[in-house]
Amino acid sequence: MTTRNVIVGVLALAVGAGAAFAQEKRIAFKDGPGLQTFQANCGTCHSLDYAILNSPFLDRAGWDASVKKMINAFGAPISADDAKVITDYLAENYGKPS
Amino acid sequence: MATRRRVLQLGAAGAVAAAGIAWWRGAAAKDVIAPGFADLPAGAMATGELETIPGKVPLIKRTWRPPNYETPIEYFAEEFTPNRAFFVRYHLANIPEVSAASWSLNVGGPSAASPFTLSLDQLKRDFPAAEVAAVCQCSGNRRGLFQPHVTGVEWGVAAMGNARWKGARLKDVLAKAGMKPDAVEIVLDGADGPVMPATPDFVKSIPVWKAIDENTLIAYEMNGEPLPHWNGFPARIVVPGWTGTYWMKHVTSIQAVPKAYDGFWMKSAYRIPKGRFPVIDRFLTQETDANTPITEMVVNSLIVGISAGQKIPMGQPLTVKGVAWDGGSGISRVDVSTDGGRDWTEATLGPDRGRYSFRSFSLTVTPPARGALTVMSRASNRAGAAQTFELIHNPAGYHHNVVQRIAVEVV
Repeated sequence: MTTRNVIVGVLALAVGAGAAFAQEKRIAFKDGPGLQTFQANCGTCHSLDYAILNSPFLDRAGWDASVKKMINAFGAPISADDAKVITDYLAENYGKPS
Repeated sequence: MATRRRVLQLGAAGAVAAAGIAWWRGAAAKDVIAPGFADLPAGAMATGELETIPGKVPLIKRTWRPPNYETPIEYFAEEFTPNRAFFVRYHLANIPEVSAASWSLNVGGPSAASPFTLSLDQLKRDFPAAEVAAVCQCSGNRRGLFQPHVTGVEWGVAAMGNARWKGARLKDVLAKAGMKPDAVEIVLDGADGPVMPATPDFVKSIPVWKAIDENTLIAYEMNGEPLPHWNGFPARIVVPGWTGTYWMKHVTSIQAVPKAYDGFWMKSAYRIPKGRFPVIDRFLTQETDANTPITEMVVNSLIVGISAGQKIPMGQPLTVKGVAWDGGSGISRVDVSTDGGRDWTEATLGPDRGRYSFRSFSLTVTPPARGALTVMSRASNRAGAAQTFELIHNPAGYHHNVVQRIAVEVV
């Protein structure tokens, strides 16, 4: 994005974002260890329905690869400890049934 | 289809998922899935609800942020997809509302002798307008139907649409910039960007030969109206025949470069294994030993207006109709079967709106006996390619053009 070429409709964006975030709260995630870590980290860049959308067909290695892709390819600032907590939460609650 | 057989195969966990599917089908069934394909992941079905975003009719929500919304299938009863029903696809969630008055387009790069900046008025006034009917289809359309499933936005069949695009030819704009002979790619950037600075901005490139094709446009109109915000207002790149990834929305920068652009969205994303698909166009500056960027769409068709399990009264005619499209060779024929693929009959094609457009097809049959029927359509193009019966599986979930099979019953 070259910001100098663009005027942002600040008000419209703010209202739009508010509406989007309100919709996102409708998801009831499975409760379990790591839920808050998952929400706080992953929800910064994208809505959390991405995780449900991609379920339940990933095993632990699959979720591990997805979380690592977010860090390594997309630059998500997630610590190694948090990454493990998130992977565990997703594998446990949205993983491939074993 | 969540057939009894498949539910049994899935076992206990599958039964839980199937209960969720049953609930979801009760809520929005016919609008949210195309019959005749493998199921989307259970999670995708649970979250795939009809929702309205500003300026659009209710669309099938895949993800909220960034927004990814799919067109309900009934809109493909027409050859052109209404702007308000056109699908929405973004990679990154920082999406500004761009104003027509302040928008400008920067044209230049190391392989341009005379860089310049254009306003929207200048783009419309200084270059002859061209119009092309063309399908815009996400590379990952039908990804959700892959078996085994692959990660990504789990699209059903309708991350696509057909429109009349009007704008300036990209080649005319590049000519004004004095493109040098050493240019090999044209790099495209739009106003949308990442939330985190470390996330790679969505930037794409196309080979010069495709950029200077007379059908490649900087479009400012779609079906006779300004582009909707969600489809790239005020201007987007239109690359007829090629998948939507190259159709840069809210385009703000067009740069001619002398070597292959190596950003994440070119080097690592939108790649297909080499030699496995019947595609013609090659993007040589981006090819590696293992893979190559996706280029033109593979030949495909979609049946509209028949639902799985539909009961057809004996003696009543059944019209099998829908749309067919490909990557620009043009549709040559669509064959229809109602007996699961044993016998095929050539359908009547609708008007030819150009080789990049949806082509409608229709065939009316009166089933001769009661019982189960399997309805299928198979499109072929003028390059001699036809839809496949078996999925060509690939890690990113591209180019799904498997023949649809809809089970109905004559009663």
